[in-house]
Amino acid sequence: MKVSLLVTCLSDALFPEVGIATVRVLRRLGIAVDFPQAQTCCGQPHFNSGYHDDARVLARHTLRTFANGQTVVVPSGSCAAMIKLEYPHLFHEDPVWHPRALDMARRTHELSDFLVNVLGVEDVGARYEGKVTYHMACHLRGLGLRTEPERLLQRVKGLEYVPLERADECCGFGGSFSVRYPGISGAMVQDKAAFIEKTGVSAVVATDAGCLMNIAGCLRRRGSAIRTLHLAQVLEKT
Amino acid sequence: MNSYAQHEHHDFLNAVRQALADPPLQAALVRLTSTLMAGNRRGYAALADIDALRDHAKLIKEHTLAYLDRYLEQLEMSVQKQGGHVHWASDAEEARQIVLGIARQTNSRRIVKSKSMTSEEIHLNPALEAAGLEVTETDFGEFIIQLAGERPSHLVAPAVHHTRESIARILSKYSGETLPDEAQVLAQAGRRLLRKKFAQADMGISGVNFAVAETGTIVLISNEGNARLTTTCPRIHVALMGIEKVLPRWGDLPVFLKLLARAATGQALSVYTTLITGPRRRGETDGPEEFHLVLLDNGRSRVLATPFRESLQCIRCGACLNACPVYRRIGGHAYGGVYSGPIGSILTPLYDSVVDNPHLPHASSLCGACQAACPVKINIPHMLIGLRELQTHQRGKSRWEKLTYHLAAAVLQRPWLYRLGLRCARLVLRPLAHEGWLRHLPGPGTAWTEARDFPAPAPRSFREQWRQLR
Repeated sequence: MKVSLLVTCLSDALFPEVGIATVRVLRRLGIAVDFPQAQTCCGQPHFNSGYHDDARVLARHTLRTFANGQTVVVPSGSCAAMIKLEYPHLFHEDPVWHPRALDMARRTHELSDFLVNVLGVEDVGARYEGKVTYHMACHLRGLGLRTEPERLLQRVKGLEYVPLERADECCGFGGSFSVRYPGISGAMVQDKAAFIEKTGVSAVVATDAGCLMNIAGCLRRRGSAIRTLHLAQVLEKT
Repeated sequence: MNSYAQHEHHDFLNAVRQALADPPLQAALVRLTSTLMAGNRRGYAALADIDALRDHAKLIKEHTLAYLDRYLEQLEMSVQKQGGHVHWASDAEEARQIVLGIARQTNSRRIVKSKSMTSEEIHLNPALEAAGLEVTETDFGEFIIQLAGERPSHLVAPAVHHTRESIARILSKYSGETLPDEAQVLAQAGRRLLRKKFAQADMGISGVNFAVAETGTIVLISNEGNARLTTTCPRIHVALMGIEKVLPRWGDLPVFLKLLARAATGQALSVYTTLITGPRRRGETDGPEEFHLVLLDNGRSRVLATPFRESLQCIRCGACLNACPVYRRIGGHAYGGVYSGPIGSILTPLYDSVVDNPHLPHASSLCGACQAACPVKINIPHMLIGLRELQTHQRGKSRWEKLTYHLAAAVLQRPWLYRLGLRCARLVLRPLAHEGWLRHLPGPGTAWTEARDFPAPAPRSFREQWRQLR
């Protein structure tokens, strides 16, 4: 089977190791991966801030880039949600682009969704020694992915899984929200970091670079040694 | 400025700052919202068909809104058939005049009220008091904030921002006794003080949770018993309802009765579920002599014609407030309007003005916890984005912000420019980083780095490493 990787702008620029880990995990499971080079950004920041014409431009660019009929795998709940839930909505009055949006929406999957629900796999043959907790990224809610990432983590050999208090509460990123309302966002991420520190883990895992960037930045500022890892980075380890 | 608005526009940023710096408020909010959220989850989990039930409720609401005129007319006929009176109020001022008119015609001087956010919406109490009428709120939380001269800060627990100590102080001042800050004693004192008011009242004003068009029945959901007394003891009962509260048939009620208390607090049913069909009938010993239903528009029919009509499905349960991580940290007063929390962030701009409420649609991380908790699955994040989109078309909107987003879009649709931009960002930011992280970002980025570090661009982007990976 062959899939196209939508690496996400955040991973491309800031956390390339996430994209690399995703490719390695998929290959280990016998999936061939290609990388359409023209990809840039799914347009979510523009969509969320209300710049919908701009968002449509970037959406069309993404739709063209991935118009190969292949399954698209995204190591990000928020980008997957943008494509699956919002692209059809953005083009609902466009007879040309609406079907294309529906088509891409149908064949796009967030990583844990692809592994568990498409490949039917929960044990990806990973090994990671250490105490780990998991923060649920908000966009997984809309995608209906309530348990997939945790199920994958719990099958990792050597991994001691510790549940996180208020795991499904927003970390306070929310894109521009974090810079428009730094007081509120700051309070939210501080609480999240405090709950993480309370678990005594050596690493916190999430499916979204936005959350990871926010939480990692805060843990660092607090002088914490807790690592932040993307799900792919844990699943990559053998 | 229409009558929905606050008297002055509210400094949201200042209010947020104050709320975040108020430890007792923070503690109270965490306590309340955690308890009610846990209740909401427990309440839903107890029903095997909860998902289907919520979908069903949503369908009923959608249908009702599509034929709202027909159901309101049917409601009027049904109420009149039972001997009640129906009044149509196009706006808050008309509603106030209607209530004052009923008070005048019935010689009502003393009024008791059970909790009605709709009456807050139309600023009813000040109008009644200005006319020389005595008004007493009988929901214990509303009673406290009435005495304190405040507005409610939560849909279901209006006095959440108070402590036992502050409540003791407020009640002691009012009653002339020195009351200790013990919950039971304060509740008993409230009961004593309010009992007198019920007995002496000429008119009782209530809200309406649901109104059944088929039968002319109004439904009141309460826990304290004050709604029963308010609508039974006085001679005159005035029920105030937003027009979106109507349900078509008697058979639709169980769907909502199963949902409302569960969504709000986790109770299977609230302590009292009161169904009132008309005034006291011949041969009955209890009940008011007259029943008046006031149907309030106040902007609802205007919203019905917009993509924001989904907001009219709201059954005012407060679940979204309890689920919201932003509400949990800033409390209800910071939102500035009558309705707070996620639904308030939509209602206030819609009914007051989008231009004058620039922050509310943006003060959300779009986490979706509200939609997940909502008994009728209202897509609040979508409407918040819709309001943000409206704002981008406003002339007042920051030109710099528009320029930045347009520029970003121009770069992001051209892969070569995006790669160049990435390289430039790397060149600029990496030298400023320590171990790959930046402690200070320039410009609007300082807002981020106040609370946390920012990652510097990686030395080699994913796409630069793809060749090796391939």
